Amino acid sequence: MKWKAVATEAKLLLIGIPLFLWTVIPVYHLVLFAISPRDSATSGKLWPDHPTLQNFAIVFQRKHFYLDHFWIQLWNSVLIAVAVAAITLFVATSAAFAISRLKVRGGRTVMNLALFTYFIPAAFLAVPMYKTMGNYGILNSQWALILAMVTIASPYCIWVLKQASDKLPFELDEAARMDGASPLQLFRLVYLPLMVPSLVAVGTYALLLAWNEYLYAFLLLSNDTSTTLAVALGNFLSADDSPWELLMATGLIYALPPAAIYYAFKRYMVGGLTAGAVKS
Amino acid sequence: MTTTLASPNVAATAPLPAAARTRDRWQFWGRMLVLPYVLVFLVFVLYPVGYGLWLARHPSSYVRLFDDPIFFRSVVNTLIFLIVAINLKMVVALILSGFFVQQRWWIKVLSLIFILPWALPSIPTILSVRFMLNPEWGVINTLIFRLSGADGPNWLNHPPLALGFSMLMHIWKSLPFWTLILIAGRLAIPHEQYEAASVDGATNWQKFRFITWPSMRTLYVTSLILSMIWTLGDFNSVYLLTGGGPADLTHVLATLGIRYLRLDEVDLSMAAIVVALPLVLPLVYFMMKRLSK
Repeated sequence: MKWKAVATEAKLLLIGIPLFLWTVIPVYHLVLFAISPRDSATSGKLWPDHPTLQNFAIVFQRKHFYLDHFWIQLWNSVLIAVAVAAITLFVATSAAFAISRLKVRGGRTVMNLALFTYFIPAAFLAVPMYKTMGNYGILNSQWALILAMVTIASPYCIWVLKQASDKLPFELDEAARMDGASPLQLFRLVYLPLMVPSLVAVGTYALLLAWNEYLYAFLLLSNDTSTTLAVALGNFLSADDSPWELLMATGLIYALPPAAIYYAFKRYMVGGLTAGAVKS
Repeated sequence: MTTTLASPNVAATAPLPAAARTRDRWQFWGRMLVLPYVLVFLVFVLYPVGYGLWLARHPSSYVRLFDDPIFFRSVVNTLIFLIVAINLKMVVALILSGFFVQQRWWIKVLSLIFILPWALPSIPTILSVRFMLNPEWGVINTLIFRLSGADGPNWLNHPPLALGFSMLMHIWKSLPFWTLILIAGRLAIPHEQYEAASVDGATNWQKFRFITWPSMRTLYVTSLILSMIWTLGDFNSVYLLTGGGPADLTHVLATLGIRYLRLDEVDLSMAAIVVALPLVLPLVYFMMKRLSK
């Protein structure tokens, strides 16, 4: 019996250890590069002889051709992510409320259209979106990226919020109606407070989606001072002799905020996402 | 006034004018609140899709598309990606979901680390892997040289290897998410069923075969299809790792559109998507059926 327990532990470790290495190696490599001096970064050592924060100093002081617009690009990333989250929350919450609680006529159709949009692979919509933004005359304006990301983010948010709204008891609405509440009062005073956990989940989802987006950002924004940090990272690839250690340091700076937000809101995210992706 | 305007069935169920007026008011606000999304849909989904289809209307685009060997290569690569990478990913996620529901303190810690690829943006980590694979300075070939004295292969310059690494990159990134989904599925199975099976002396395989799998099959298939749809749109894993190279041989449908855009062939780019629709629409139809209940 004891041997069997040991064998079980051994089997679990046999999965756990490779899984740990598989997960951590690319991330560890990223961090290792970011804290290595330029000439020792490629030596293949597991830990640099002289770890340094020099690379971050260079990034913050923009002392490289690729980093000329670092601060403005970081600001653009923040601005666009926050704008996308705010607009998506507004669009998705009001739509979910109208469909789920006010039972607006045609709500089911709107829901199906949203679901259909959710299932169009984003990369397939990219070129038509690019041409469309050109037709609308807002190509290279940050509005183009914000609106495109709202379009991509809101269907899933509407769906998750509708699922959550459907679970709220209808007696609440009826009681509010009896008391003579208007639809907007119901929305503001009853609906929104009850929906806070779901709103956190979808708001975070939209925020991270916009922050992480690369394809749409590089298609829709070509100007160095209007584009996001994601595109700036991709630009490092344009030459073979790119300063990798600076790219990795910038990449780490870029990766930390969303990871922190993700872990902070993990409880909401995992609940919302797992409930959203699979309703069986 | 209200009753004369209301349609007969509304009048039948709600004869009171005040109730009908309230209902109209609620419908009015319903329409106002759903309007922002409807506008977003019309302006940024319907119009682009319609415009894209209109750009793809020339038969000559399709002739040129089918003459382009890169197009066929991309379709084949996409199919390999979908069939090999997705099935591998989902089977591994299924196994790992069984691993992560074990009660151990270190598995709890590991599960927090395991989420990292999903929590981090894809660009820095993909670029990190790209540098690991660099033939001259990458850490992998440095280690190969140090251990064997021989030069390692030029990993990303070899189409099957490069596509293989793109698939591994994709799996690395999205494995945590699907494992989480399947863990949720496993946790929903009542524990008594396993206890009863243990009493009857069932082996682990029998427990999986007769308890776990039957209750997770629907979830697994839904996840598989959804993952296929999302993978069709996975631009980053291929584009940032291989750039579609070497010699445009590792493109997939997600990156092909950008290639044609770069070549100033927007019509071809749209035609390529239209050709892919028979592959995409059944998957989309399946998912809409599943989720729009």
